[in-house]
Amino acid sequence: MRLAVLGAGAVGSSVAELAGEYGHTVVALADSSTAAVDADGIDTERALSAKVAGAGLGDADPEDALAAAYDALVEATPTTLGDAQPGFDHVATALERDRHVVLANKGPAAERYAELRALAASSAGRVRFEAAVGGAIPVLSTLSDLGPERVEAVRGVLNGTANFVLSRMAAEGLDYEHVLAEAQDLGVAEADPTFDVEGTDAALKGVILSNRLSEAGVDDPDELEAATTSLDEADVQGITGLPPNALELAAEDGQTVRLIAEATADTVRVGPRLVPENGTLAVSGTRNIVELETAHAGRLAISGRGAGGDATATAVLSDVNRL
Amino acid sequence: MTPADDADPVEEPADEENVETDGGRGDPQVHTIQLELPDEPGRLLAALQPVADNGGNLLSVVHERGERTPRGRIPVAIDLECPPERFDGILEGLRETGVTVVTADAEAYADELVVVLVGHLVDTGLSGTLQRLRKHAGATVADVTLSAPDADAPEEPSAARLHLRTRAGGAEQTLEAVRSVAEEKDLTVVEPLGGV
Repeated sequence: MRLAVLGAGAVGSSVAELAGEYGHTVVALADSSTAAVDADGIDTERALSAKVAGAGLGDADPEDALAAAYDALVEATPTTLGDAQPGFDHVATALERDRHVVLANKGPAAERYAELRALAASSAGRVRFEAAVGGAIPVLSTLSDLGPERVEAVRGVLNGTANFVLSRMAAEGLDYEHVLAEAQDLGVAEADPTFDVEGTDAALKGVILSNRLSEAGVDDPDELEAATTSLDEADVQGITGLPPNALELAAEDGQTVRLIAEATADTVRVGPRLVPENGTLAVSGTRNIVELETAHAGRLAISGRGAGGDATATAVLSDVNRL
Repeated sequence: MTPADDADPVEEPADEENVETDGGRGDPQVHTIQLELPDEPGRLLAALQPVADNGGNLLSVVHERGERTPRGRIPVAIDLECPPERFDGILEGLRETGVTVVTADAEAYADELVVVLVGHLVDTGLSGTLQRLRKHAGATVADVTLSAPDADAPEEPSAARLHLRTRAGGAEQTLEAVRSVAEEKDLTVVEPLGGV
């Protein structure tokens, strides 16, 4: 399959690098200002080293990448809040051209889900977004396999940065600021970690899961907009400033604190919660875990890497293979 | 006439070992008892007497005259505090006065839930917070552990772990009350994840 990859950050570059191994050809790779486009396949390594050297990915314009001859568009530009732009327009353009879309960007599926579905319904192209939730963890495809109508709720640890901070605080008795600085040094937290520690990132993933669940109860696509949950409707609490003694008190009781996202068809909730110290959800470090509450099969848990270029690219390329 | 009948009714009980005026041997514990009373004047007062007589400290009485049990009586819930060894005596005293004891904590408070509160717990009045939970959360506070910040960082928030005993199926109502007190006092609640 011919791929156009928009976004050349950790995920976009990994997709471009690994695509060949999966038997796909990258015909375009773009960041926000430059692009490399070649109908026979671009030289990924050269484009990425040129970018690192400061010369840009290639001579082409990002618009050329969007207009290239691809079968599937991989949208891996940064997630934006509100209107999910420019990611949403990229998706719309590809679908209007009857091309497939694979999203790593959470925005369109979290914030404009009904529109996204409507665009896909009137296109010969399809939309997949496994990589938007839980990185490498195949949560959405598992949900589809089970049938969203047979899944009552999904919950879990969906943000590696917050989980790293909480598990380090609990293990070492260190304070929040100290562990956050350490996480930044290790590259586990970004320079501005707000999105992660305030729970927004986990909430966007929770909203996507909730949208997938609510879709099961909607027959008429026109009713989807009303059935979905928006980020504003989510109940979101972060972990900022949680003192180490809160974790100590939890530990004395055989428990620990994790930033847990919970999604049902109607609700999304993210907040620090007490979970058993040795329980399923108490994963450590940057690991993520998702637990599905099924109607007939009890709980099903899947754990793995929730972020990182290669891990997320693996989910993107699995989606490409499912098209 | 037997010698016992002759004795002064206010004389000290023979079992002097068990008599302690300062609250008994163990730390006082909070109990909730649900009673049924006939709708007759003076019955409530009469029902409460055995609590004081047996060394209990009455914390609250919820008495709703409008409500009726299936047997046509008035349900009354009382919260009291007493040393562990005196609780059975109180129940016995109540039964002796003809009061129907419907449930006494273990049965009524079937679920225990743990929450951690974070914030300026001392400045915002921890005992008042606990009292409100006792009153409105339909729960008893079974245990409180407070962890104050280090002396070198007094501006840091403190944390408290509460064990709350709720009625079977009453956990959500209790959590709702905890959230509302916390919001008012600008505290963060770390709630348990249900059904783990």
